[in-house]
Amino acid sequence: MRWIWIDKFVEFRSGQFARAIKNLTLAEEHLHDHYPGYPVMPASLIIEGLAQTGGILVGEASQFAEKVVLAKIPRAEFHGIACAGDQLVYEVTLTDLRPEGAVVDAKAYLDGQLLADCEIVFAHLDNSRSNQMFGPKNFVFTQQLMTVLDLARARERSGGGAGAGDEATANGQVHDPAPGEATL
Amino acid sequence: MPTQAEIFEKVQSTLVDALGVDEEDVRPDATLFKDLGAESIDLLDIVFRLERNFGIKIPRGELFPENVSDPEMVADGKLTAKGLQEIREKMPFADLTEFEQDPDVEKLFDLYTVDTLVQYVANKLGVKE
Repeated sequence: MRWIWIDKFVEFRSGQFARAIKNLTLAEEHLHDHYPGYPVMPASLIIEGLAQTGGILVGEASQFAEKVVLAKIPRAEFHGIACAGDQLVYEVTLTDLRPEGAVVDAKAYLDGQLLADCEIVFAHLDNSRSNQMFGPKNFVFTQQLMTVLDLARARERSGGGAGAGDEATANGQVHDPAPGEATL
Repeated sequence: MPTQAEIFEKVQSTLVDALGVDEEDVRPDATLFKDLGAESIDLLDIVFRLERNFGIKIPRGELFPENVSDPEMVADGKLTAKGLQEIREKMPFADLTEFEQDPDVEKLFDLYTVDTLVQYVANKLGVKE
């Protein structure tokens, strides 16, 4: 199993906003365990997807020089459930960024309806201390996780197929980025 | 210019949001860690919220010290003379008499009460008692 809880970025505005999608399928084991007989996407994994979307947004803002870790979720409200076959749209807005960390406003939508509304605080691990503990390698932004962003950039460059613009309309929220706005 | 009472009310709501505590528990003399159950990671959240709620800028390490692992500041788990001097400068409004007798770094954060935050913000905003 790979710890990637978003499938694709469909919009990425550096230092400001990111939109990602997560498709749910019965091939995912956790759906069968949560709950047996009534598979729903665990709320904790929706938060993880929002945190990965937000974490990459925060990390990219400093060109991935910082080790960004989820520090705290001061607020998380859920208004419904998501099941196999659903597509979740994660929208994350960077509300605060400072040397020690960042705060994002993170929302999950299902069919255009607000499903989850969270506030997530990220900390930048202190470089000198984290180097002592973990070494200089950035263990947060591993290639596995960065693949999602790399893939979106590659698709954006190729400009064909199901590109960012097409997917952005998939949840019924048509977004027509201004020239130069959607920079993946 | 807000009054001290208005600053207290805003600090109170800031801590209610950041720590999930009841408003009546956020008294001026309540300590952030022991009484209100804050953890170190909450300090970052509190700094973000104070900045937003009061429209102030809190430079890194100004409100909550960060360099407690610096050997010049802390030796054998206690603040050095230099460390104590820095705390005095950073927290002119805190009563350090008792702490100075046994400047155990573990007790440093016990100095932080709700009133410490109120005084810090008042000082930032130029509000006098």
